[in-house]
Amino acid sequence: MYDKIFPPSKISLPNGKTVHEKRSRTPIVLVLVLLATIVSVRFTNFDLEVLFTRWKEFFVIIGEMIPPKWDYLDHIWKPLMDTIKMSLLGSMVGSLAAIPAAYLASSNVMSKPVAAWSKFILSILRTLPTLVTALIATFIFGLGTLAGTVAIFLFTIAYVGKLLYEQIENADMGSFEAMEAGGMTKMQAFRYAIFPQVLPNYLSTSLFCFEGNVRYAAILGYVGAGGIGLLLNEGLGWRDYASVGMILLMLIITVYIIEKISEHFRKKLI
Amino acid sequence: MDAIEKQLYASPRNVRYIFTVTILILLLFSWSLSTINMENMEESGMRIAASIIGGILNPDLGLLFNVTSQGVMYLLIETMAIAFLGTVIGSILAIPLAFLSASNIVPKPVAGLTRLLLIVIRTIPALVYGLMFIRVTGPGPFAGVLTIALVSIGMLAKLFVDTIEELDTSILESMTSIGCTTFEKIRYGIFPQLFSMFLSIIIYRFDMNLREASVLGLVGAGGIGAPLIFAMNAYRWNEVGSILIGLVVLILLVELFSNRIRTKLVRGT
Repeated sequence: MYDKIFPPSKISLPNGKTVHEKRSRTPIVLVLVLLATIVSVRFTNFDLEVLFTRWKEFFVIIGEMIPPKWDYLDHIWKPLMDTIKMSLLGSMVGSLAAIPAAYLASSNVMSKPVAAWSKFILSILRTLPTLVTALIATFIFGLGTLAGTVAIFLFTIAYVGKLLYEQIENADMGSFEAMEAGGMTKMQAFRYAIFPQVLPNYLSTSLFCFEGNVRYAAILGYVGAGGIGLLLNEGLGWRDYASVGMILLMLIITVYIIEKISEHFRKKLI
Repeated sequence: MDAIEKQLYASPRNVRYIFTVTILILLLFSWSLSTINMENMEESGMRIAASIIGGILNPDLGLLFNVTSQGVMYLLIETMAIAFLGTVIGSILAIPLAFLSASNIVPKPVAGLTRLLLIVIRTIPALVYGLMFIRVTGPGPFAGVLTIALVSIGMLAKLFVDTIEELDTSILESMTSIGCTTFEKIRYGIFPQLFSMFLSIIIYRFDMNLREASVLGLVGAGGIGAPLIFAMNAYRWNEVGSILIGLVVLILLVELFSNRIRTKLVRGT
């Protein structure tokens, strides 16, 4: 289509042959991006004037966060530990539950319709933002850490499940078929032929998901699902920025430590 | 004992290591079990769960296909606009930061400091930035755009740096040897290598930003989040259903397209 409107240029080579060089698509992509930007500016009331006159406000807030209020630390420990516990439990149970979910969703071990439906459910679960799931969970399980754990659990199933079924579908099926031919059931053949192949990657994905979940869990308190988010919300609401600075500092340190630990184990696995 | 069995028993066994890790995991598991607190669970929980499912199965179709500024369609477009503009601004800001933190371009201390800054930016949750920007610009989609822009910088710059550090320098050497100027080396040696990878990263981030933008409304930073939380707090589950369906369909569609474009970009066809 594009090549018909802008015909490719002809280059004649010294040996008499001609080759066609397709026109670059960059200009049309640039025009489209520019148009989309203009439309977005209209939709979001983007205003450079406001930005130029008030951008300092943002740094005023950051300025108030430094130095953080050190003695606020005593209040932070319990919610911070709650946040870690929520993501730990949610990730552990979630990644365990992801194994049967991924088994059901792999088209090489399950029948096509079952696999398609399971994939569909997994992708819907993955698409729902964790905060929205947590909000729904607070209506069902009441305010508190349980709702947050459920939200993280659901996200972990969907995320680990998706990466796991992709692994299973790409696994080498030779030994699986051999074991089935040797009289094993599908489940047994899966356990001894495919599971060892995907195990290191599965563990590494679960660890990676846990890392991400600690970050998500930090904000779940905003909708009342437990953890440190509640304190963040209060601090920002009361404009008590020094305490917010302390919370953020602790959060950054925690996430950094967890990332380093999980990185260490992930490097060992692969 | 035949050869196979011999091989089996000859394999290294790190029983102690596996045992320690298992014990550690079990300890962590039991430690985290205290998050399960049933006392806040009310009797009405199951009934609410049923009505949520009912609401999602019977969405408010009028709201879903409404094209005025109250309808789901408009809100979804607004969410996309927030994510798009935020991604554009974020990627423009991320490029200089990425070059500043690439250890093969700038001296080590500068790169280290920029990296630290990027880690800090990446770790602070988007909602916190959202609440801060609302103080700057007032509630509305504009605050959402700035939040998304700032949040994306952290990850974009990190992935950009990885690309820059993996740059194939042998091409530059061969260009020097045939007498290219510095400008030509940048234009024909570096630019083509980076461009498609950067674009692919930016599209991936747009995909993520769309999800971020959809929850930013919860703090009043525009997009579909605000109507969602209002509908939930008022127990209007049919509206919740139609908003969630719209959101899920949009995110799935964008993911599909972005995956296609990215495989095309990376394979170069």
